[in-house]
Amino acid sequence: MAQAIAVEDLRKSYGDVQAVNGVSFDVKQGEIFGMVGPNGAGKTTTIECIEGLREADRGGVRVLDLDPQRDGYELRERIGVQLQETALADRIKVREAMDLFSSFYRRSVEWGPIIEQLGLGEKREAYYGKLSGGQKQRLFIALALVNDPEIVFLDELTTGLDPQARRAMWQLVQTIRQRGKTVFLTTHYMEEAERLCDRVAIIDHGKIVALDSPQQLIDSLGVDNRVVFTVEGSLELGLLQDLPAATRVERSGDRVVVYGRADGLVGAVVNALEDAGVHFADLRTEQPSLEDVFLALTGREMRE
Amino acid sequence: MSDAPAGRVFRRSAMRSLWKMTLTEMKLYLREPIAAFFTLVFPVMLLLIFGSIYGNEPEELFGGRGTVDMSVPAYMAMIIGTVGMLSTSINVATSRELGILRRYRATPLRPWVVLVSTVVVNFLMTFLGTALLIAVAKPLYGLRFEGDALGVLVGFVLSALSFFSLGFVIAGLAPTARVAQVAGMLIFYPMLFLSGAGMPKEIMPEGVRAVANYLPLTHVVDLLQGMWFGEPWADHLTEVVVLAAVLVVGSAVAARVFRWE
Repeated sequence: MAQAIAVEDLRKSYGDVQAVNGVSFDVKQGEIFGMVGPNGAGKTTTIECIEGLREADRGGVRVLDLDPQRDGYELRERIGVQLQETALADRIKVREAMDLFSSFYRRSVEWGPIIEQLGLGEKREAYYGKLSGGQKQRLFIALALVNDPEIVFLDELTTGLDPQARRAMWQLVQTIRQRGKTVFLTTHYMEEAERLCDRVAIIDHGKIVALDSPQQLIDSLGVDNRVVFTVEGSLELGLLQDLPAATRVERSGDRVVVYGRADGLVGAVVNALEDAGVHFADLRTEQPSLEDVFLALTGREMRE
Repeated sequence: MSDAPAGRVFRRSAMRSLWKMTLTEMKLYLREPIAAFFTLVFPVMLLLIFGSIYGNEPEELFGGRGTVDMSVPAYMAMIIGTVGMLSTSINVATSRELGILRRYRATPLRPWVVLVSTVVVNFLMTFLGTALLIAVAKPLYGLRFEGDALGVLVGFVLSALSFFSLGFVIAGLAPTARVAQVAGMLIFYPMLFLSGAGMPKEIMPEGVRAVANYLPLTHVVDLLQGMWFGEPWADHLTEVVVLAAVLVVGSAVAARVFRWE
């Protein structure tokens, strides 16, 4: 597949702070590419250098075979951008904003169906200032789609949204991709990246620490599955440690965690407990997630 | 793009975005009650208050003209000052602070479209405020006009543009919209009363008038009153030079200090 974005050794600093410190990656046409990492990791700086809104100190960026700095206007005809810190005038109506932004592009599509699909059809005459957080966010996505862009950039798309609105937004991103567009998104929610992205770049302190599909990342790190349960009274931990599927057992208070390989771990744990006549409760399994990958790579937990 | 987009496809030019931007900014201006009040309603209110107190009888102090005759061109200067130093500066700084300008930058929109539409809208509002003033003063107080309309228009355009450039300077220098507002008020309000835009200069002591000569708004009042009463341009070269200089320097500084975010 052809490349939509090619970034090589991108560097950008603000004063003494090295925001992006040698980042390289490619984004293929038609994929959902995610950049995840904690706040301040360099995600927004990277995305804004790609969009041409910021100039990199060093490094090569090509987007749709254009130079974002030199061919900025041409590039912005062909991409759609949803920014993190932005707004419209409080007293502009949804309809007026769509009309206005449509006029900025040499080529734009009828926006009626776009806002219909984003669930803003009823809000055509509503003022921007009267919209809820989720509605504003959806309006910004609609604005990013009026030119039928080849690449859509979504920076912290679901920050500040409730879980329900977040799920609706995920659905939407998938719809955008189904129309053949490339999606580049940043997020600090690992779950979001895991659910949405074909490939994920994990960025920390301005550097990419891992880049692959979410499943590959999880598999490659050999992060264990977990079986978690509670017991009252005593439990001989050796009983579980000896299981072939288990790699490690931890107990703190009533809570016991058995780490191990996916195949057969739950069954083996349950059998062992029942054979020993141990009363356990609240048993559940936890799949390793990108959170675990991040923890394994950086030694820190992602914090919102 | 392999997939055909749903619906029709439109192709447009930069003039189209200028037109849309101007129209939108115009609506936004009119929907902002405070700005619209001070541009459109407040000058008419002042006219009605002072008109009802003093009337428009010829007076020796004003060279045989009435209070309203003197006030209308002076209030035109007031509207120019309000729009330039308050509306322009606050609007531009607010658009920047909220990230509205940032969002425009993420599109192919050319910066000059934003600039031109801001200037056009502010000019139209200034013009509208002036037209309302004349429309009320003429039938109510028998406003006298002794100049030529073209002269007044040229003076009006020059004054307006130079004050808009000052508005852009304030917006560019102020770190936040709040600071732009306070700075605009601090500069504008003393100037409003000293320049003769708010009250006749003729009633002020000599010392105050000497100070007032250093204020750009004073030159707007002098130029517009001069044009209004048909005085020759030759008598007002100082004003023209001062305002042209403000326009040139103001624009140059504004271009340097302008920020998208």
